[in-house]
Amino acid sequence: MNWIDTLLIPVIKAIVIVLGLLVGFAYMTLAERKLCARFQLRYGPNQAGPFGVFQPIADALKAIFKEEVIPGHVDKWIYVLCPILAMVPALVAFGVVPIGRPFTIAGHPITLQMADLNVGLLYPMAVAGLGAYGIVLGGWSSNNNYSLLGALRATAQIISYELPMGLALISLVVVTGTLKMSGIVEYQAALPLIVLQPVGFLIYFICGLAETNRSPFDFPETENELISGYNTEYGGIKFALFFMAEYINMIVVSTLVVTLFLGGWQGPILPGWMWFFIKTVFMLFVFVWIRASLPRARYDKLMKFCWKFMTPLALVNVLVTAAVVLILR
Amino acid sequence: MVIVNAIKGLYEIIRAMLVTLKYFFTKPLTVQYPKQKINLYPRFRGRHELQRREDGLELCVGCGLCAAICPARAIYVEAAENTEEKRYSATERYAVLYEINYTRCIFCGFCEEACPTGALKLGNEFALTRKTRPELVMGKETLLVPATPHAIILED
Repeated sequence: MNWIDTLLIPVIKAIVIVLGLLVGFAYMTLAERKLCARFQLRYGPNQAGPFGVFQPIADALKAIFKEEVIPGHVDKWIYVLCPILAMVPALVAFGVVPIGRPFTIAGHPITLQMADLNVGLLYPMAVAGLGAYGIVLGGWSSNNNYSLLGALRATAQIISYELPMGLALISLVVVTGTLKMSGIVEYQAALPLIVLQPVGFLIYFICGLAETNRSPFDFPETENELISGYNTEYGGIKFALFFMAEYINMIVVSTLVVTLFLGGWQGPILPGWMWFFIKTVFMLFVFVWIRASLPRARYDKLMKFCWKFMTPLALVNVLVTAAVVLILR
Repeated sequence: MVIVNAIKGLYEIIRAMLVTLKYFFTKPLTVQYPKQKINLYPRFRGRHELQRREDGLELCVGCGLCAAICPARAIYVEAAENTEEKRYSATERYAVLYEINYTRCIFCGFCEEACPTGALKLGNEFALTRKTRPELVMGKETLLVPATPHAIILED
């Protein structure tokens, strides 16, 4: 019976998670277009099926059947590889997020989580760092000034913002005393960590916006300065993969915010996975809401904001948290 | 100072986001065109219509003033004599050929002003898209308003 626990259940979980993320991506694009439209007093796509529910399918078909163009001046191998390099870490990063309360079927314990690593908190950060390679090499191999500039910006931005993000997580670890995702969620049974760590939450969320290259920090793809940044030379399904990576990153960051600061699947009355879903959808709404509300900052200000404000603030936050924890102990 | 500025900035961001949230709950302004239409202004200048008299005779007398004033040279009129057997208009002459080229027309409405009998009116139709250019040169069969049922229509 052991192979069921070690092989079958993880494989099923992996398939469900990947499919769930892909469907989530498809409907996230639709949701974003519709929500953005509503913020601007429009309707958004509403022609394909009732309320436009078939729009993602139509978009996917269009992307797949587009002609496969590889420009002559690109570095072919890396150019083709990069969308995959961007896409895979985005999917993989979801692996440590607990979706719901663990339960047992016919004597087999099932945790609604791909892997409960002891260093679960470090894992998504490490994988998100890998995701930068797809963007950087994509811009580099495109052999195009705009793509290269976009890629350079992406590197600088992602590396810079990982610092305050990590510091925010350190203060979180100081409070909870564990790096395990399941432990962190258990800790929040009574009180979500946003109450104890409001500054940490803000820093983490802002860094999350910057890490996923979302507005107002979408510098790698500023269309008014860089056409489309690192993905200028990409088209068809390869562009769709970059797009997918961005949206799945967005979903993963939302789930991480939910898990780390909003209590994960903890919540009254409703089952755990439902609370998790509701909270994630709310965070995604906030992502879109911010995109519809705030203008893009300037690049030097972005860097200044990171190094001269966010990083010191995160450090002070760690210090204060540590002091308070020490005094209370 | 930095902290004060940051808090101020955060307050402003929240205020801005509440403004957008207010619009999120407002009804969209979009008019879903083919299904939903909005009323045109009374003096809207769309496709021309050649009017008839109450008894069904054409008002156009083929004088060609519209063609003369047209700044885009979009109108072509050819006049002919009415006869006792074949009477199209109440006066001596009528327009045997009346064509407006909608690839040229700029909808200025000068022709309507120039018309001495009030035969030419700019109507409400604005969806003037056709698949070929010849279709955009419209003759009397399109421009002339259909006669009302009680009117006397003379045969060709």
